[in-house]
Amino acid sequence: MLDEKTITGHGLTPEEYDQIVRLIGRHPNLTELGIFSLMWSEHCSYKSSKVHLKKLPVTGKNVIQGPGENAGIIDIGGGLAAVFKIESHNHPSFIEPYQGAATGVGGILRDIFTMGARPIVSLNSLRFGPLSLPKNRAIMDGVVGGIAGYGNSIGVPTAGGEIYFNECYSLNPLVNAFCLGLAKKDKIFYARAEGEGNAVLYVGSKTGRDGIHGATMASAEFNDDLEEKRPNVQVGDPFREKLLMEACLEIMEKGLIIGIQDMGAAGLTCSTSEMAANAGSGIEIDLDLVPQREKGMTPYEIMLSESQERMLIVAKNDKVKEVQQVFSKWDLGAVVIGSVIKGGNLIVKSGGKRVVDIPVNAIVNLCPVYERAMRPPEPYVLPLLIKEIPLPQDYNNSLLKLLSSPTIADKKWVFRQYDHMVQTNTVFFPGADAALLRIKNQKRALAISLDGNSLYTSLGPKTGGAIAIAEACRNLACVGAYPAGVTNCLNFGNPEKPEIMWQFQQVIEGVAEACKAFEIPVTGGNVSFYNDTDGISILPTPVMGVVGILDDINTAVSPGFKEKGTPVVLLGENQEELGASEYLKHLYKKEKGCPPELDFIKEKAVQKLCLEAISQRLLLSAHDLSEGGLAICTAECAFLSPAKIGCSLRLSESMRTDALLFGESQSRILVTVDKTDLETLLILAQEFGIPANILGKTGGDRLIFFHKNKKVIDTAVKDAFDIWEQSIPDFFEAK
Amino acid sequence: MKFGVVVFPGSNCDSDTLYVAKEVFNQEAEFLWHKDHDLKNSDCIILPGGFSYGDYLRSGAIARFSPLMKEVRKFALDGGLVLGICNGFQILLELGLLPGAMLRNKNLKFLCQHVNIRIDNTDTPFTLAGNLGQVLNIPIAHFDGNYYIDNNGFNDLNKQDQIVFRYSEPNGNLSKKSNVNGSTNSIAGLINKNGNVLGMMPHPERASEAILGSDDGRVIFESIIQFINREKNLENPC
Repeated sequence: MLDEKTITGHGLTPEEYDQIVRLIGRHPNLTELGIFSLMWSEHCSYKSSKVHLKKLPVTGKNVIQGPGENAGIIDIGGGLAAVFKIESHNHPSFIEPYQGAATGVGGILRDIFTMGARPIVSLNSLRFGPLSLPKNRAIMDGVVGGIAGYGNSIGVPTAGGEIYFNECYSLNPLVNAFCLGLAKKDKIFYARAEGEGNAVLYVGSKTGRDGIHGATMASAEFNDDLEEKRPNVQVGDPFREKLLMEACLEIMEKGLIIGIQDMGAAGLTCSTSEMAANAGSGIEIDLDLVPQREKGMTPYEIMLSESQERMLIVAKNDKVKEVQQVFSKWDLGAVVIGSVIKGGNLIVKSGGKRVVDIPVNAIVNLCPVYERAMRPPEPYVLPLLIKEIPLPQDYNNSLLKLLSSPTIADKKWVFRQYDHMVQTNTVFFPGADAALLRIKNQKRALAISLDGNSLYTSLGPKTGGAIAIAEACRNLACVGAYPAGVTNCLNFGNPEKPEIMWQFQQVIEGVAEACKAFEIPVTGGNVSFYNDTDGISILPTPVMGVVGILDDINTAVSPGFKEKGTPVVLLGENQEELGASEYLKHLYKKEKGCPPELDFIKEKAVQKLCLEAISQRLLLSAHDLSEGGLAICTAECAFLSPAKIGCSLRLSESMRTDALLFGESQSRILVTVDKTDLETLLILAQEFGIPANILGKTGGDRLIFFHKNKKVIDTAVKDAFDIWEQSIPDFFEAK
Repeated sequence: MKFGVVVFPGSNCDSDTLYVAKEVFNQEAEFLWHKDHDLKNSDCIILPGGFSYGDYLRSGAIARFSPLMKEVRKFALDGGLVLGICNGFQILLELGLLPGAMLRNKNLKFLCQHVNIRIDNTDTPFTLAGNLGQVLNIPIAHFDGNYYIDNNGFNDLNKQDQIVFRYSEPNGNLSKKSNVNGSTNSIAGLINKNGNVLGMMPHPERASEAILGSDDGRVIFESIIQFINREKNLENPC
C-alpha cells in the first residue's frame, strides 16, 4: 500500500483515495494512483464546477455537438460545421510565458482538427498585470511571442481577441486560446474507441518526461515552490503539429479511422480512458511499443507525460497500413500500441507485466462531484458615492489619459506579431468589433468575438457574466452577424474558498440567463480554477467566445468613419452610470460601484435593429460602446477611419458630463449613415422601440463634444491617435 | 498556362497561392510535392510562404535539400520562371539562385501588416504589367525579412538592375520608417541576372482580391500570365 504522503502528494484527499479503493476493490499501485490523480484533478474532472455548469443551456437546433467532446460543433449551413472551443493555459504561461502560451495554442488547435475540422482562425483573450512592472512586460512579451511563434508557423491566422490589464493579474496572467475550424457536416470524428479488436495507434511525437503532472499543477495555487515546477511545462513544436494536422486531416478525409483523440492534458492516460469510456468499451496498450524520447522511463512517467503533438487513433486492422502510409508521407510515425477490448477496463502492460488494470468508467465518470460551500464576500459591492468623484477640470485631458490606458489603447504592437492574414480569409483585421472571416466560394461569413470584463464580474458577478455574453453578441451585431453558439473559459481563484465559489455560481447564473435570452447554446469550454498567487485570487474572469454568422459577406460593416458630412447616430440610451468603469479605474484608481445595468429586452432590440439596418445596407459604420464609453467609442471610429475623419457631436442629457462621456451603459451602438438613409434608420429604430439620437456629423480633423452647448472636448484626431497608438509600444521599445 | 506550387513540410501559403492561381486568375495550377522529381509541365514554379521544416536551422535552409529542388534548380538554370514568396524567397537565397541573405527584422519581432512597395523594374516577366514607380499596397508576414547584401553585391545588383521592389511611403519615397524590417536599401524583392527567378518578401497572393483589403498584388500574377502566354504564342504562332 502507498503511504499517505504519496497520496496527498498527488492532490487526492483521503476521502477520494478511499473512493478509489472502493471502486477498484483494492489499493491502487503508483501508476494507477497517478492516473486517478490526473483524471480526478479539477482540470480534468470539473468536480467543483459540474453542479453549476449544468445550468447552462446546451441545446439548440443548430447544435451538432455540445459539451463533453474535444470541441463544440454547430451547423452553419451550406453543408458545413463550425468546430470551436476556448481553453485556458494560465498556469503554464505563468511559469514559462513563451512555451506556456505556445502550447496553449497547440493544444486548442489539436482539439479542433481532432474532430476532422481544418482550423481557420485563432483568437486569444489575455490578461496581464500593469505594464509599469518589468516582470509583467516580460510575461506579456513572452506570451505574445509564444502565440505568434506557434500560430504563425502552423499557418492558422490569429485574427483578434482582447487584452485587459489589472493589478490582480500580476504574477497570474491569463492566456485563453480560442480556435475555430471548418468541417464537412458529414465528416466529423469523435473520441470513441469502438469495435472490439480494432487497433489503437499512437501517432506524432515521441513521449518524453515533459509536462508530467501538468493537469494537477493547474489544479493548485501558486506559491514560491511553484517556480520549481519549471520542468513541468511542455515545449511546443509547431512544425511537428503542422505535419500531424495535415496527416490527421488526410486520414479522416480518406475515411480510414474509427475514432481519434488528441493527447493534451493528462496525455496517454486521458486519451485511452476517455476514448474507451465514450464508447463503453475497454482498451489495452503495451507501453513497450510507445515511441519514447528518453531511456528508462517508468510506466508512471509514460502514462502521465504531457509531451506535445501526439494523438491516439482507433482504426480497423485492415486500414492500419494505409494510415501508416499517410503518416510516413508526412515523416511521422504511427505505431499500433494496443487494441480495443471487451469489458470496460484500461489495461496497461509493460515488460510483459500488467501494470494497470482499472475500469475506465471509474477513471472518467466516477470522480466525486463537490457542492462546495458558497458565501458572498463582505461587503460584496464596494459602494460608489458618485459625489465623492470630483468632476474633471479638463475633459480633453481625461480623454487623452483614458486613451493611454493599456486596456483601451491600440493593441497593434501585439496583433502585428500575429500572422492574421494567412489562409486569405480574414476580412476584418484585429481591432474591429469582431473578427470576420469569409468562407471561400460562399456568401456566408463567420464572425467571432471574445469578451469578458473582470471589473464588472468582480463588482457584480451575475450582471458581469450576463454582460460578457451581451457585449460579445453586440460586437457581432456591429459587423452584421447574429450569434449562433458560445464557448466559455471561466477563470477563477481557489474554489475551496466559499467567496470564489459564490462568484462562480453567480457568474454562471448570469451567463445562463443571457444565453437563454439570446437563444444561443453553450457548446463547451473550460474552467480554470486556482488562479491564486500567494493566497490572493484573481478577479473572477469569465471569457465568452461567441461565434456568429453573417448571411452576406458583402453587407459587412466596420467601425471606422467612412465619409465626411455623414450623420452620427447613437442607437440606445445614455445613463448616468460610472460604476466599475475604466474611467474610474484609470483616472481615480477606484474599482468600485455596480457594473452598468443590463436589460435583455433593450439589448436584444438594439442588436436586432443594428442587424436589420445592416441587412438593409443603411449603415456606413457601426461600433459598440464599451470600456471608456461614448467618447472612447467615437475616438476609435475616427482612428479606424482610413482618412482619420473627425466629428463634432452635441449631447444634451442632464447628467454628469463625465458619466455621459465615459460611462459604460450597455445596449448602445454608435453608427454613421448616409444623409439619404437617415430618415429610414430613424423610422426603423422607432419600430424596434430604440431611441436613436442624431449627435452630429463626421468631418474635420478634430474630435469635438458639446454638452448642453458647452464645448467639453476639442482635440486633434492626430494627437489623440498618437497617444492611443503609442501607449503600449512605449512600454516595450527603447526610445 | 500552368503554375506549379511547391509543397514543403511546413509550407502554409501553398493553398492560398494555388487558390489565387486557379480561382482568381482561372489558370491551371497544381501542387508539387517536395519528395517528387516531377514539375508536372509547369510554366512557372512558385515557392510559397510558410515555415518549411519549421525554419528550424535557418529560414529556408533545409528545404533547399528537398529532392524536388534539384529539378527546380535545373528548371531555373534553363530559364524557367521561378517565383519565391516570403519563405520561398528565403529558400532561393539558400539555394544560391539569388544573392544575399536574410536577417531578423530590425525590431526583432514578427511583422504582419500591409506595407507599400515601389516597382523599380518593369522589365521582368513578373512586373511587365506594372508601371515603373507604381506603389503597391501589399501585406508582409515574416520574422526574417531584413535583406542583407554587402557593398560589392549591392553594386552588382544595381548595375544589372536586379532590384525589383523597394519598401516605400505611399507616394513612392523611400524612408527609414517605410523600410519596416531594415533591409539593405529598402529591398523588398529582387531578380537574378538572367531575369527569370524572382524573390520577394511581400505576399501578392494575399492582395489579389479586393475583399481582403487590397488587390494590388494582382499585377504580379497578371505579368506572369501575360509573359507566358506571349511566349507560347511565339512558339505556336497559329
